[in-house]
Amino acid sequence: MDFTFNEDQLMFQEGVRDFLMNEVSPEKIRELWETETGRCDELWGKLTEMGLTGLTVPEEFGGMGMDELDFVLLAQECGYVALPEPLVQTVLVAVPTLVNSSNDDLKSTWLPKVAEGSARIAVGLEQNLLVEDAHVADLIIMEKAGALYAVEKGEAELEYNESVDLSRKLYKVTFNEANATLLAEGDEAKALIAGALNRGALGCAAQALGLTQRMIDLSVQYTSEREQFGVAIGTFQAVKHRMANVAVPLEYSKATVAFAAYAIANNLASVDENVSHAKSIACAASLIGAKNSIQVHGAMGYTWEVNLHIYMKKAWALDKTWGNQAFHKGRIADAIFADNANIGAGKTFLA
Amino acid sequence: MDLNFTPEHDAFRAEAREWLAANVPAEPLKTYDTEEGFQQHREWEAKMNEGRWGMVTWPTELGGRDADLIQWLIFEEEYFRAKAPSRVNQNGIFLLGPTLMEYGTEEQKAEILPKMADGTEVWAQGWSEPNAGSDMAAVRAKAELTEDGEYYIINGQKTWSTRAVWADQCFGMFRTDPESKRHKGLTFILVPLDLEGITVNPIPQLDGLPGFAEIFFDNVKVPVNRRLGDEGQGWEVAMATAGFERGLMLRSPARFQETAKRLVELYKENQATADEDPAIRDAVIKAYMSAESYCITTFETACRLIKGGKIGAESSTNKIFWSELDQDMHATAMDILAARAELEPFAPQAKGVGTWLDGFLFAQSGPIYAGTNEIQRNIIAERMLGMPRK
Repeated sequence: MDFTFNEDQLMFQEGVRDFLMNEVSPEKIRELWETETGRCDELWGKLTEMGLTGLTVPEEFGGMGMDELDFVLLAQECGYVALPEPLVQTVLVAVPTLVNSSNDDLKSTWLPKVAEGSARIAVGLEQNLLVEDAHVADLIIMEKAGALYAVEKGEAELEYNESVDLSRKLYKVTFNEANATLLAEGDEAKALIAGALNRGALGCAAQALGLTQRMIDLSVQYTSEREQFGVAIGTFQAVKHRMANVAVPLEYSKATVAFAAYAIANNLASVDENVSHAKSIACAASLIGAKNSIQVHGAMGYTWEVNLHIYMKKAWALDKTWGNQAFHKGRIADAIFADNANIGAGKTFLA
Repeated sequence: MDLNFTPEHDAFRAEAREWLAANVPAEPLKTYDTEEGFQQHREWEAKMNEGRWGMVTWPTELGGRDADLIQWLIFEEEYFRAKAPSRVNQNGIFLLGPTLMEYGTEEQKAEILPKMADGTEVWAQGWSEPNAGSDMAAVRAKAELTEDGEYYIINGQKTWSTRAVWADQCFGMFRTDPESKRHKGLTFILVPLDLEGITVNPIPQLDGLPGFAEIFFDNVKVPVNRRLGDEGQGWEVAMATAGFERGLMLRSPARFQETAKRLVELYKENQATADEDPAIRDAVIKAYMSAESYCITTFETACRLIKGGKIGAESSTNKIFWSELDQDMHATAMDILAARAELEPFAPQAKGVGTWLDGFLFAQSGPIYAGTNEIQRNIIAERMLGMPRK
């Protein structure tokens, strides 16, 4: 039993954190809100250079051949900066869905392009109302009537849906099966869809950890500087306790998210439960983070000018997508209320 | 990352399971907050010690098994699965024991630890005083060194002293420098409770039983070799003890996972009425998730510590997490039991109430003892998040 990340994983996290903190500042995010696509090819190019876009692409297709466990800490960092680029989806959802499929043509066509940064792939599941980043995708993997299709750029009709989070680009995607390639059907499609959903949910959970930490950091900074009654408002217990109430659920979500990544990477039988658990609690922590952070910012927190809303809005959105609380708690309920449920002390790591 | 247990872990688990299956009393013991129950629990400690299961984390030469934290967690899982008795000497084994190993003289270790291990001496805590609760540095009970330097003469009062009514020994912090203030001038002293001048007044708890007591010291003469650490080092020794208390050892995840499991079962037994309030189902799901989070996080922390990592202020998140989880789980059980919730288990109409009421009452103390959750939140905000103290 070794529940720790290895040196390489931790160093990679550090490197990515430094990179993202430099490249994806709040100013940069605001700048991208004003652009047509909201996405930055230059940034995508740099992410590719770091090997990030091809992180889960097998080495034979030019990628790094890493897994969910290698990426989960990086996804957390993406959350910390509220990265607008669809890196988490690409690495965690799109690539593994292709890799795990039996369609060798699609794999050999698209995986090298993702690794070299010349193509982006979006994924549209029926679980989600809309498709993230369909506008910049060269290929969209779409679920339809129990099957998965690969739809090339230009073959789908996109309808833009504005989100409160201006960094989120959401599309209703309509396509005709005749103009798409069948990626998988039947049991294969079912397994791929289930896997994609779990990976998407893991991505949200990991990003939620980063977002929550960012909201804590912004709040600690603000309340250490802002003075009322002649002292920094962060000295008041009422303010301190609000932040402690964010730190506690955050602290108790981290290992659960890592465990979910491990469960996916190692095909644990309990994977659905592990992922739903992680998604539910990490996103719940981020909602408390948003609620308490805006409160300790006072009226400033309600302004467009203060950066808090960049992270807060993403947190609100991620909680509701890739399965909302009802969906994920429902899966937990299925697991624990079943007649043959095997729960209690000593069961957690024996799946 | 590898979350598989090793064959050694599996063997350890199997051995613990087998011993517990053969030795855990079929009839639950009476509560140790009664004289008879206290004696039963003392005997259970002796039996555990015979099987070398009493203090698995202690060194082998002291009757332990040199277990690392993962093995300890495994043992606890088996212990709670087996519905084995509560540990009457928890204050000794988990709090004082490790502190004694760190700060004690060889003589003290040889004298005290074996009797602690076999339950001959059960330990009570002497932290709080009427005016030193959350503000522990406000301790006033005095210990004055006699002129010959052989004894401390102790005067003053301790209170909320858990297990003190039938315990044999008490550890606590006393002010040895009368001029000193706050954290300075305090000394950690181990006091036998049968000494002349000691009066123990039982305090009935919420369940009516004397789970704690106040202790009066009237010129109590304690040999100087009962001092743990140096004179004036009391705060440091106490922090080490409280560190253990707040840390992993006090409340292992298994306890809460078993409570969560019973809560799931209680919900299923009463689902038709429980579902009349949809909040109940949600609370059960959340309780299960939180108990699992506590387990997952604790294993992660244990692995980190084994690899040389440290626990810092995040141990304060631990105490808040389990105590509020315990309170929530029992509150949910009360919701499910509805009109039966208030009934004592022996009341004629108290069908299926189990031990939930007892647990509910005890759960109310969790956010208060071992440092109130408000104090823990201050520690988190200041030391973990870096918010300004003043």
